[in-house]
Amino acid sequence: MTGVLEIRDHFQSEFDRAARKLPGFGAARKAAMERFAALGLPTGAEESWRFTDITPIAETAFKPVTRPGDPARVADLARGPLQACQIAFVDGQHAPRLSRMDLPAGVTVEPIPFRDAAIEQHLTKLAPVDGRAFTALNTAFMRDGAYIRIGKGVRFDTPIHILFLSTDRGAPYVTHPRVLIVAEEGAHVSIVESFVGISGVYLTNAVNEIAVADGATVEYTKVQRESHQAYHVAALQVRQGRQSVFKSHSIALGAAISRMDTGTELAGEGAEVTLNGLFEGTGRQIVDNHTFIDHVSPHTTSRELYKGILGGQSHGVFDGRIMVRRTAQKTNAIQASRNLLLSKEAIVNTKPQLEILANDVKCKHGATIGQLDEDVLFYLRSRGIGLADARRLLVHAFASEILDQVSVEAVRAQLGGCLFMMVH
Amino acid sequence: MLEIRDLHATAGGKPVLRGIHLTVKAGEVHAIMGPNASGKSTLAHVLAGRDGFVVTKGEILYKGRDLLAMSPEERAREGLFLAFQYPVEIPGVGNTYFLKNALNAIRKHRGQPELDAVEFLALVREKARIVKIDENLLNRPVNEGFSGGEKKRNEILQMSVLQPTLAILDETDSGLDIDALRVVADGINGLRGPDRSMIVVTHYQRLLTYVVPDRVHVLAGGRFVKSGGKELALELEQKGYGWLEEKAGAAAP
Repeated sequence: MTGVLEIRDHFQSEFDRAARKLPGFGAARKAAMERFAALGLPTGAEESWRFTDITPIAETAFKPVTRPGDPARVADLARGPLQACQIAFVDGQHAPRLSRMDLPAGVTVEPIPFRDAAIEQHLTKLAPVDGRAFTALNTAFMRDGAYIRIGKGVRFDTPIHILFLSTDRGAPYVTHPRVLIVAEEGAHVSIVESFVGISGVYLTNAVNEIAVADGATVEYTKVQRESHQAYHVAALQVRQGRQSVFKSHSIALGAAISRMDTGTELAGEGAEVTLNGLFEGTGRQIVDNHTFIDHVSPHTTSRELYKGILGGQSHGVFDGRIMVRRTAQKTNAIQASRNLLLSKEAIVNTKPQLEILANDVKCKHGATIGQLDEDVLFYLRSRGIGLADARRLLVHAFASEILDQVSVEAVRAQLGGCLFMMVH
Repeated sequence: MLEIRDLHATAGGKPVLRGIHLTVKAGEVHAIMGPNASGKSTLAHVLAGRDGFVVTKGEILYKGRDLLAMSPEERAREGLFLAFQYPVEIPGVGNTYFLKNALNAIRKHRGQPELDAVEFLALVREKARIVKIDENLLNRPVNEGFSGGEKKRNEILQMSVLQPTLAILDETDSGLDIDALRVVADGINGLRGPDRSMIVVTHYQRLLTYVVPDRVHVLAGGRFVKSGGKELALELEQKGYGWLEEKAGAAAP
């Protein structure tokens, strides 16, 4: 495997071989594969991939997973305070032994039922494949994932945990997890999605679609802790109805290269979105966040704050685009990108963008890149706190603005333990 | 406790201290006075180990050890404390959390067991009452949004909790009204004891009315131009610094 042409052929032949056995959505898969064949994997020539070189992905022959992964090997990772309501997957396949739940009427949490007509209204309808090679690949190959539905007016207070565990299979492999979340009118739910791997070379190519109906509230927390040899590419597309609330906390810690595309369409009047992000880079990690907030309807509100902490020779990217359409009068949008560089070799590229076509709006955006404040470090040290602890304290303080907003306590506790291991 | 011998130091490449000699014994309070830009703050920062100040000559012995070879945190753990003239604000770091970390780092160094959250809270509340710090300031981020007086009292609170053996107070009186000054002075006096020494750096005599020093040194042009007892502070209050600065100018090479 030596480049983008080969990988295109590679996936095409995989598709030709597997297509008959893939569940449902035949037409959508075929169209998506054609799209992928036309696009190929993105290169640095494309504006949205300018800063993220995915050559290592293009040059690896990732095999599909044919035998299930061994849940026993990752069972430890599936325990914890979030297991009360958990649907788990090992190497992309549903793992019933690591899943458990006790659901009230009106709440569905199950492996995605590709042949069920109930999901046709949303699945593949929200996440566009145009111009998105990875989403096209996922749509062509998807075969497992989670389906969550919260019925009309149902309030479910237990966080629902979607857990994707990846084992070290010795040879590079690819999974295409797919998640569909439907919150019906007035529903209320908190969902945590974790991607966890300890070692191994693999590509997680995830796609999530979330429909938030009128008056519904969805809090979505993603924690990406993939193996440091792995690659993580994910797209999340949300559609929000009237007076709906979507709140996202995207925490990216793992993977050699990660790329997260988050998009929401504020389709209904009065819809509100919060997109928070925290990403950490160490060694030679590349961590790329793209967001797109589409204000379509009037009186819609968006709050976006992404914070990057980059050490070693890592490279962080934030590209956040906010579109305020002519129809979206009285939009209120605030976007901020804040970045902390912990070493001289670390790089961050930040690109906040506002496109405003309406004339009666309140919008502002900004970006900062800084280092730990020497005066503050000295102050802490002068009180007996060692340099490493002082740095950790300040990095934690920088991150706390995001972490404190995560309402699921178990996630905050977990992150407290695994964040900032890189700060020396 | 502290022995400074022929200390020369530069700040930002410019010579500021030009031969300081000072001996502070256990239990003594020394006042260092002097006009602006005489090197008072530089001396305080050199003692605490701030980057950017380069010692070009001389030595400092603290409890018989080479102070200049120690990192700022080592100095603090060995009982040195600098009350800052301009305490920094630290958004995102809770005042109590910060102080608990500091105290436990010092206790660990001394081989004492670390205090848990409950024990620490009891301690810090008691000390906060003494320096009249409102309890809600304890839960706020360090110094964030504190008034000038609150920041200074917070320094004294930290000093009371950390119980240093050598405290250096860098213009702790500046910007305080008379009531705040008394609170701060009471806090300082409450810490005086036979095993604790203090260096009070100040421009004005008024703090020394409340915190009565054993010795007073006048710093001008980077060296001590006069030393004496507590009455020297009163003399300076009446005569100003001009006569001593002339003397320093005449003595300079």
